[in-house]
Amino acid sequence: MDLAFTKEEQAFREEVRQFFRDNVPPDTRRKLVEGRHLSKDEMVTWWRILNKKGWGVSHWPKQYGGTGWTSVQHYIFNEELQSYPAPQPLAFGVSMVGPVIYTFGNEEQKKQYLPRIANVDDWWCQGFSEPGSGSDLASLKTKAERKGDKWIINGQKTWTTLAQHADMIFCLCRTDPSAKKQMGISFIVFSMKSKGVTVRPIQTIDGGVEVNEVFFDDVEVPIENLIGEENKGWDYAKFLLGNERTGIARVGVSKERIRRIKDLASKVESGGKPIIQDAAFREKLAACEIELKALELTQLRVVADEGKHGKGKPNPASSVLKIKGSEIQQTTTELLMEVIGPFAAPYDVHGDDGSNEAMDWTAQIAPSYFNNRKVSIYGGSNEIQRNIIAKAVLGL
Amino acid sequence: MDFDLTEEQRLLKDSVDGLLTDSYDFESRKKYMNEKGGWSKAVWGKLAEQGLLGLPFAEADGGFGGGGVETMIVMEALGKALVLEPYLATVVIGGGFLRHGGSDAQKAAHLPGIIDGSRTLAFAQLEKNSRYDLFDVATSAKKKGSGWVIDGEKFVVLNGENADTLVVTARTKGDRRDKTGIGAFLVPAGAKGVTKKSYPTQDGLHAADITLTGVEVGADAAIGNPEDSLALIERVVDEARVALCAEAVGLMDESLKTTVEYIKTRKQFGVAIGTFQSLQHRASDMFVAAEQARSMSMFATMASDFEDAHERSNAIAAAKVQIGKSLKFVGQQSIQLHGGIGMTMEAKIGHYFKRLTMIENTFGDTEYHQRRVADAGGLI
Repeated sequence: MDLAFTKEEQAFREEVRQFFRDNVPPDTRRKLVEGRHLSKDEMVTWWRILNKKGWGVSHWPKQYGGTGWTSVQHYIFNEELQSYPAPQPLAFGVSMVGPVIYTFGNEEQKKQYLPRIANVDDWWCQGFSEPGSGSDLASLKTKAERKGDKWIINGQKTWTTLAQHADMIFCLCRTDPSAKKQMGISFIVFSMKSKGVTVRPIQTIDGGVEVNEVFFDDVEVPIENLIGEENKGWDYAKFLLGNERTGIARVGVSKERIRRIKDLASKVESGGKPIIQDAAFREKLAACEIELKALELTQLRVVADEGKHGKGKPNPASSVLKIKGSEIQQTTTELLMEVIGPFAAPYDVHGDDGSNEAMDWTAQIAPSYFNNRKVSIYGGSNEIQRNIIAKAVLGL
Repeated sequence: MDFDLTEEQRLLKDSVDGLLTDSYDFESRKKYMNEKGGWSKAVWGKLAEQGLLGLPFAEADGGFGGGGVETMIVMEALGKALVLEPYLATVVIGGGFLRHGGSDAQKAAHLPGIIDGSRTLAFAQLEKNSRYDLFDVATSAKKKGSGWVIDGEKFVVLNGENADTLVVTARTKGDRRDKTGIGAFLVPAGAKGVTKKSYPTQDGLHAADITLTGVEVGADAAIGNPEDSLALIERVVDEARVALCAEAVGLMDESLKTTVEYIKTRKQFGVAIGTFQSLQHRASDMFVAAEQARSMSMFATMASDFEDAHERSNAIAAAKVQIGKSLKFVGQQSIQLHGGIGMTMEAKIGHYFKRLTMIENTFGDTEYHQRRVADAGGLI
């Protein structure tokens, strides 16, 4: 057992950090620190910088543009990225559909899609959840019927993150209505510009528009847009969801937010002195930092285990990451709320345009608190995670 | 970065687990508890035979040169089996003082007896008003000739009833809460002026309140500098905290395992109660708590080698907080999921709960250590 990173790993961390210092546009970083939303252009600009460096799809196999890093290097890269902070690669393309395509797709599909994912020439979104299919995803109803050399797609997806920017969607569709629910599902990709696709924004409680409803009315999709085998889509979906086990803890994000809490708490006064000098507040913050340290160690255990023994058999500790990671992210946003107190209230009707300088320093804190309630819901709600632990780990 | 055990460490784990599986089931434990002093000389002898009592000592001193990870492995196993024998008091703490502060003569006088199992030690530190502050010492050690005269009262000295030698913290100068002027002294338990009041503790161990009245010891009794040993005491107690974290992980593992087995077999409404989602989620949360504790126990183990004493203490304090929170949840919920049977002395789960509970209140509880981390400016 050894906690220390090797000299090479430390040098790698320095290299990554330096690259971020030199290349992340300062305005992009500032917006992330303040919890603001980024424009499509700001995100794509950064991702292309990253891709040019060869780090856009770092965890892909080398032949498709990956880096060949060790799992510890991936961990370091992610931690530095999250805590600098810089925008994380677009998960829907890079972490989700990309690996499905290079694992189950044919040569033609690999050639067609992978480079465009890496350079974000196509912005991808995920068509999984439906109004009636949340935690019970396999009950989904969106249909793809084969008609000649086309799929005809009808139905509705929801919670489709950033679909308003999307060029492409990967979609779970029912292709065999007579089969048992997990069995008759296929994994089909298509253009969001297709005739019959309608995107309707959903405004969330923080006032932002991150998610959408997406409607399909007789959308015609070429038959070759099926990935892998027909009716095997559920297997690919499980593969996709199991692929990103360690990033979900978002330790770097919480670290960055704790630094922000400390920064604000040393400026905002309560009882005539900075809040950071209040013993009760400090202890609450320390409690959160200790939880985060424990999570970081749990994550390192999973990373080290994957590095040594491969990803085949998930470490039982990995199921802790989603639950604790989301709880801690939420706690950090609660602590920010506590720091700014009554100044949490003003609502910046102008959004993120910077026109309301007076409240700039607090304007995004309440929205960020509201927005972060999502992290214990998405990606398999924490209740679903507890079901998974009970069944897969404890054998209940 | 690596969290795996080496081949040797895995062998050590197998051997200590094997020994305890053979000789330490719950029924045997009840018997050991009724032996003189509250633990089994025979088991202690077996621990010595397997080299476990000499584990952390240098090979030159007759030990096996084990490090923090080896102690962690042993303490986890001792926790899992709910062992009564005074490993913490003798090997970790008593041995710790000798390893980090002992002179060659002191090591030669004490280590062979520790390693072969013929002698045990106890740490007489707690005072009526000191609570968790190691520097809060009213017991005095006054110079007399080349030696010392010790006067004071010490409480809840684990293994105090049986120990052959006490390590006593005492003030050689200054006021009660001064951080300098504190020494650590080796005092024979049978020395003139030492009186003991022994009793069992809530978790089935044995302790004693010890009064020292004009106890005379030689100059060679002081471990390290008798006027400035707080750093030594903190270092040894930090290692004791780390050992307790590992013991607690073993206790939590066994508590969770026992509880999950119980809810798989206990039937109500015609089905195993473990099929109910509310109980499944509780058990999952216990798993999460135990894993977070394990991570911090590993962190603390590795932190005990940090060169910077401040960084070391802060990391170990953080671990003790996580372990304290986790053990409270796992302990309490183990009883809850067992239902009525969990309330009985007959069932083993309650004994795990009680040992876990006492660990929280040993060498600083959750609140105490959380305050320390907060005052140190956190971890990030």
